[in-house]
Amino acid sequence: MTDPKPVLLEARNVERTYHMGGDVVVRALRGVDLTVDVGDSVAIIGSSGSGKSTLLNLLGALDRPSAGQVLYDGRDVRSMSDAALADLRNRRIGFVFQSFHLLARLSARDNVELPLVYRRMVPAERRRRAQHALETVGLASRTDHRPTELSGGQQQRVAIARALVTDPALILADEPTGNLDTVTGNEIMDLLTNLHRERGTALVIITHEREVADLAETRVELRDGVVVKVATREGTGRQFAAHNSEVEGGQRGGRAL
Amino acid sequence: MTWSETLRVAIRAMVANRLRSMLTVLGVLIGVMSVVLLVAIGQGAREEITGTIEGLGSNLLFVLPGDGDFGSAAPTRSRFVADDVDRLDRALDGGVAGSVLGGESLQAEGRRLTTTVNGVTGQYFEVVVRSIARGQRFSESDFVTARRVLLLGATAAEALFGELDPIGRNVTIGGTRFRVAGVMERVGGAAFGPDRDREVYVPLAAAQRLFATDRLDAIFVRSATTASVEADRATVMRVLSQRLDSEEFSVLSQDEIIGVVGDILQILTWVLGAIAGISLLVGGVGVSNIMLVSVTERTREIGLRMALGAKPRDITRQFLVEAVVLTGVGGVVGLLLGIGLAAIVTIVSPLPSSVTAWSIILAFSVSVAVGLVFGVLPARRAGRLDPVVALRHD
Repeated sequence: MTDPKPVLLEARNVERTYHMGGDVVVRALRGVDLTVDVGDSVAIIGSSGSGKSTLLNLLGALDRPSAGQVLYDGRDVRSMSDAALADLRNRRIGFVFQSFHLLARLSARDNVELPLVYRRMVPAERRRRAQHALETVGLASRTDHRPTELSGGQQQRVAIARALVTDPALILADEPTGNLDTVTGNEIMDLLTNLHRERGTALVIITHEREVADLAETRVELRDGVVVKVATREGTGRQFAAHNSEVEGGQRGGRAL
Repeated sequence: MTWSETLRVAIRAMVANRLRSMLTVLGVLIGVMSVVLLVAIGQGAREEITGTIEGLGSNLLFVLPGDGDFGSAAPTRSRFVADDVDRLDRALDGGVAGSVLGGESLQAEGRRLTTTVNGVTGQYFEVVVRSIARGQRFSESDFVTARRVLLLGATAAEALFGELDPIGRNVTIGGTRFRVAGVMERVGGAAFGPDRDREVYVPLAAAQRLFATDRLDAIFVRSATTASVEADRATVMRVLSQRLDSEEFSVLSQDEIIGVVGDILQILTWVLGAIAGISLLVGGVGVSNIMLVSVTERTREIGLRMALGAKPRDITRQFLVEAVVLTGVGGVVGLLLGIGLAAIVTIVSPLPSSVTAWSIILAFSVSVAVGLVFGVLPARRAGRLDPVVALRHD
């Protein structure tokens, strides 16, 4: 085991309840505990309706829990204003979405610059950083292209460049390979895991693909709004050890991080 | 997000939706244009009319029937007679003239003209400062004998005689023949109020016979100097009070007339501006509408921007700036078109126009204010979006 790392993000007994009008109440999360250390990689898996999107919103500081705590750098997001949360997202989190979420009328570089715009950074510095981020994801030659002129894989690379341009502590990826073919998906996962390893950026991936989940050091499985299994890969080995619920057998080895 | 960045994003969004932006701008543009144009016309009318009155000279007093309260309901019937003019003339150093007006149908050389016949006393043309272009002015005996002679306004002369020289020819008024003695100098500038060039003049006694009256409609007093106006006013009051009740006549200086007429025309200008302002308001509603559509269309973009660190106020400000840019562009273009149209109106029509600084400032600031007011609702709606919901919007 490596030395204990500082805690980046902690969810304590988090609940999220939606009131759907009338008396219909949906309890999307029913007491979830999760800790992400600095430089961790965590995969959150579960079928649709398991609550993983809800958890992603909470971990991404896009939403606040109905009960329990989500602590970022020790601060409870429930006590923070919308503006403070926006600032937190801008400084600490890089989002990668399944559907890329690029603005169609902006060039790749302008898309990557977007988070820096909300930091009031001067244009020249923004441009330099965006260029660098695009080089990091291997798109140095496509900076002036619009999203429609890029392939799906290239678009997701632009999105990753946008996520890392702020040098975040955490990249939060929501089904990052969901809209890509297998080969391209593997390339994107390689890129994400390399960034995680080389830059020490924590990585939280929401996925329903086991091959993708197996790339993470920790695997958290959600079902019906609760964590049913947490598995940690010890050291560099490829075996996951389950912490609770049933022990999962027959692990397939993913690409080691 | 900095202001310059916000502006850049707003302009980019407008350019991305060129046609829609243009149509939205058009609503505001037409509003601002009509405000500028109609206020310019109202203002032009005011300046022309007050200018006409001022042209009479500052040492002129108007003696009019009634107590001078234009708000009183009862119609005022004049009790002035020719003798009042003579008595005032004896009491004052300056000139005194009387006038009686009547609408009549004139015929000459087979042509017909309905216009104002103005019966005047001897000093009328000196007192109100009008000069004769051709022919002869009325003689002393014309007045005394009520001779049926006539002076034609320039427009009236053209209407009745065309290319012919009217002097010495006959004009029939109400079955009575008048001989044309001369034609007046053109006054011009008569888009509002009575057209002085259409009037015809006859000696007072002849006019009174024609109208079957012994009254006068108005008396004009020209003081020798501006300094003596107030003393002359007192004299007029004293002399006329010997025969008339104080509420049967009023003496107004040129400034007072300009004050009353100017006030009325200022109200007219405001009314015109307000009517045009309604179209500006409608343009504002259009802006609001389009901004709401834009917010809905760009919900995903708003969600993304929020995820990347945009604060609610960044989003609100972006849409507000967009609305203000839309209306501001409409304001500037509308202003230029309004000024241009006002100039064209002055050239091609008898309507005068005068673009004033206040109407420009007002129109532009109102258009910006319209953007702010009508942009607030959609902008706040955008800023209040839940990033989770906005990101998943399709």
